[in-house]
Amino acid sequence: MIKNKNISQGVDYPMIWLYSILVAIGVLCIFMVEYREGGNWFTSFIGGKTNYSKQLFFAGFCALVATFILLTDSKLFTAFANLMYAFGLLLMVATFFIGKNINGSKSWIPMGGGFNLQPAELCKIFTALALAKFLSRQETDFSKLKFQLIGGAIAIAPAILSILQHELGLALVYSSFLIAMYREGLPAQILIFGSSFGVLVIASLIIEPNILMIILSVIALVLIYFARRQARRNKGIITAILFIWMVSVGTQRFVIPYIFNNVFECYQSTRIYSMVGKDYNCADNVKSLKKQKAGNEKAPRKPDDYNVRQSKIAIGSGGFVGKGFLKGTQTRGKYVPEQHTDFIFTSLGEAFGFIGCFIFLSIYLALLFRIVQIAERQRSTFSRVYAYSVVSILFFHIAVNVSMTIGLFPIVGIPLPLVSYGGSSLLTFTILIFILLRLDADRQMVLR
Amino acid sequence: MSVFNQSRGRIIQIIIGLVFIVITAQLINLQIFSTQYKLAAENNAIYRKIIYPDRGIIFDRKKRALLENTISFDLVVTPSESKGTDTAALCAILGIDTTEYKKRMLDLIFKNTRVRPSVFEPLLNAELYAKLTENMYKFPGFVLSERSVRTYPFNTAAQLLGYIAEVDTSYLRKYKHLGYEMGDYAGMSGLEKTYESILMGQRGIKRFIRDNKSRIQGPYENGIFDTIPVAGRNLFTSIDVEVQQLAEQLLQNKIGSAVAINPKTGGIITMVSSPTYNPNVLTGNARRKNWGRMVMDTAKPMYNRAIKGQYPPGSTFKPLGALVALDQGLVTSDYGIGCGGGYGACGGVFVRCEHSNAGHAANLRLALANSCNSYFSDVFRKALDNKKWGNPNQGYLKWKEYMNAFGLGRRLEVDLPSEDKANIPDTSVYNKFFGGARRWNSCSVLTLGIGQDKMTATPLQMANLMCIIANRGYYFPPHFVDSIENEQVEDTVLMNKYRSKHVVTNIADKDYQAVNDGMHDVTVYGTASHIKIPGIEYCAKTGTAQNPHGKNHSLFVAFAPKDNPTIAVAVVVENGGYGSVAAGPIAGLIMEKFLNDTLSVAGKATAERITNMDLVPQAIKNWYTRKDAERAARLAKLALEEAAEKDEAENIKENNKSNTEAILEQGSKPVGNKKDSTEKYKIKAALILSEDKKKRIGGRAQ
Repeated sequence: MIKNKNISQGVDYPMIWLYSILVAIGVLCIFMVEYREGGNWFTSFIGGKTNYSKQLFFAGFCALVATFILLTDSKLFTAFANLMYAFGLLLMVATFFIGKNINGSKSWIPMGGGFNLQPAELCKIFTALALAKFLSRQETDFSKLKFQLIGGAIAIAPAILSILQHELGLALVYSSFLIAMYREGLPAQILIFGSSFGVLVIASLIIEPNILMIILSVIALVLIYFARRQARRNKGIITAILFIWMVSVGTQRFVIPYIFNNVFECYQSTRIYSMVGKDYNCADNVKSLKKQKAGNEKAPRKPDDYNVRQSKIAIGSGGFVGKGFLKGTQTRGKYVPEQHTDFIFTSLGEAFGFIGCFIFLSIYLALLFRIVQIAERQRSTFSRVYAYSVVSILFFHIAVNVSMTIGLFPIVGIPLPLVSYGGSSLLTFTILIFILLRLDADRQMVLR
Repeated sequence: MSVFNQSRGRIIQIIIGLVFIVITAQLINLQIFSTQYKLAAENNAIYRKIIYPDRGIIFDRKKRALLENTISFDLVVTPSESKGTDTAALCAILGIDTTEYKKRMLDLIFKNTRVRPSVFEPLLNAELYAKLTENMYKFPGFVLSERSVRTYPFNTAAQLLGYIAEVDTSYLRKYKHLGYEMGDYAGMSGLEKTYESILMGQRGIKRFIRDNKSRIQGPYENGIFDTIPVAGRNLFTSIDVEVQQLAEQLLQNKIGSAVAINPKTGGIITMVSSPTYNPNVLTGNARRKNWGRMVMDTAKPMYNRAIKGQYPPGSTFKPLGALVALDQGLVTSDYGIGCGGGYGACGGVFVRCEHSNAGHAANLRLALANSCNSYFSDVFRKALDNKKWGNPNQGYLKWKEYMNAFGLGRRLEVDLPSEDKANIPDTSVYNKFFGGARRWNSCSVLTLGIGQDKMTATPLQMANLMCIIANRGYYFPPHFVDSIENEQVEDTVLMNKYRSKHVVTNIADKDYQAVNDGMHDVTVYGTASHIKIPGIEYCAKTGTAQNPHGKNHSLFVAFAPKDNPTIAVAVVVENGGYGSVAAGPIAGLIMEKFLNDTLSVAGKATAERITNMDLVPQAIKNWYTRKDAERAARLAKLALEEAAEKDEAENIKENNKSNTEAILEQGSKPVGNKKDSTEKYKIKAALILSEDKKKRIGGRAQ
């Protein structure tokens, strides 16, 4: 290693530009949400009491952390990957004992000075590193089921802890590691199977159970008709089709209603149903009935899709060119709940319309494609797996967050990377990206 | 091994691209092709505040304002912000108890949600307003909001001016195209209603941005879409407020009506219907108190008898009878008959005449002065039996045509709503009555000739008739509004109706002179000879209409001065007896006041005497006595209830309080607990009532 090396050497500048643009957009969006006509925004900005000034402060802090990361040696990350992963898990377990309850989820550790740390956020980085470390080991052959299972377990462990902390959104993020694993050789069948299952779930929510059963049966019969030639040679095909048909019908008729009525809470089922434009009747929900009996909960109200409705109104009213900077009536009227965090996209959609959204999404797309490009030019497996993990996490966040604001996905508490208000989230994504940049700068080295 | 999966990097990029395309498609759908979200956003965030313009003022002929706008205040509360209000202090000022306070709050929350401001106490009087402004700091969530209210400095002309009231749903439905909204005020009767579109002005709309809790955030787009209110335009009427006041005073304690018109313009100088009311009792918060009582009043103070009252014109009709015959050329002013105390040419019916001396109907002038029944019966038959029309039936139709031309039996289109056309019956009515067209003739309906039988006229029609005679053959449709401030084309179209001259007859001046002279003679030596206007000669005709229900109605029509008349009057006093007794002096004083601007000493004495004359029928007086007794009984019952409630209040206070407060917190509908208890005490109170009181209350209920 050369001492006194220039930290900017080998660093991917387009990435830094994209990163800075997105953080700047984020601060502006939070400013739009907080801005009130008449008040002297400059004083409140200096006063540091407002969210946008806090976010700017976070951004400054993140810049420091980013510089620090660029100054470190990339070998550090491979060396400490497993240790940090273990540390992350430990922190998450620790929250069960010293955690602080914020918004109904006990997943925060108070840091003093009013700042709280959410270990589950940091765990994303550690998991990415650990997965990269595991897959880059000489002895790992990811085409074997055993290693696939271990890789899966690395991703699932923090997810389970997150679910225990009632952070469903964060837990879902870990499913994005499937993309990284797919790149490393996870059979495509798993993804195909997974997406078919998703289609089945959505179909059973939308379509009447009996009609869906008829549709499934027709598909099965058509398949058997086309497969009759092969069936002569291989009887197994018919059996397989019939088996899949039975599983599908069983899922659609019994498993899904059971999950919605007995496993999910009433509000969760309602959210998922409202996404496909249906009402969920909480009177069917066993948990809510139990609570009602215990007297803890009021009688079920009409399904409430206030968030999605207001979010769609804000974005939809933006039109083609938008209402203009600081002119969004829905934003100024605080109609969209949590607009500075999870629903930050609505303020942009209202103020700058379709054009603004399109440009904004293009910036994200450019960021993602750039990372994929970076990933593919890595010589070390560790760097590549890590890069794909970063792509996966970012992509999952962006897709889910934007989809939920425009009513394509149920509402889960997932922030928009680099844009949503929040120190933990900004810090996490900064670290994720800058570790990648550090690794990329050293791509000539072979890291194991 | 990465080599094997190189292509998968491309696939991942494709997947990412596909998801972004789906998202973009949904954005196109939401932002470009859906219009509903824009609308929803406007409904959400833009609050349209209506700025009410000042309503137009109505002036009398000397530019005195008959009504004015003053500011009144509503006490408005936003329930969600009213925490920490000193309820006890507020209740003490408003004179209500805390239960009432909570009841009202619940009611408002139920009707208008917790977060929107609603009127807690409308139209505060000056004293309350003063007390409240001093203490407003104790009542967070409460504000005093302005509202324009009518006041009437002269306390007069209530039925003419009409009143304004908040529009209700049926009104909104009826006048949808005019853009009224809930909470607007509109003219509901009188001139306020007729000229609503002119008086109301144009509302301004200010747009504000409001937040998710309906709090105003500031003007929308710096107010570029706002409109400025345009004040309502003023009306200049022909009413003379002093004459109006005098006429109202004279008709006190009487049931009847007086109308005075300037024949030169058709402008109505005064129009009174008695009993009337002080217009100030129907404005502001007084309205709630008085409205019910006024509507229920058996003497109908809100009923404008001048345009709706139907009276047989009696002898006041005689000049018109003469004019019809003159116009048809059936008689001349020299025509006379010998009357020996009645008209017997019809055999079956015999019309008595007050006079029997020879020569009292020797010509038209004498017949009018002496009000000879025989003469006018004869003239009437001539008109009906006119050979020109073939048969009496056709003759009657022609006669009816004349009546309508003279403004009887049809609406005069005065600028007040709900004018009545009174009655000149159609031939079909008589056909039915007598059992066929051939079964009646001029004899059967003979008393029409002296203004009786089935014919009726409103006081306004009688006064208009006087205008025609005063003008010698023409009239302008009677109206109040002479001109409108900043008159526009459409106003001129409206007003032209009243500015066009209607010529009715083609009678020679000589014949008119005879009619006028006859009517002048009435005031010189005839039935009205004791009624004088100092310094002015006038023409008049008394009338005494037979009333099957009681004492005769007293009628009087007149115009003055004799030459070049400027005022025509018709007065009806129900149950007033002879025309010269009650109606005559009233008409005389009205003319005197109008022409001389003041009353002479003798006139003042007469005014005093007439004012104190009480001609209200006993039946109506009995009704008032009964109502007073009932009110006393009701008050006694209420007092008993209150006492009973106070006794029990201590016991249920705890329970009640926690209950109501819990409801206030939740903002949901109240539970029936409190109502049950009050119901119980009502029953208890009823048991305590003495037997005879109960009987009375029971009787009222039936």
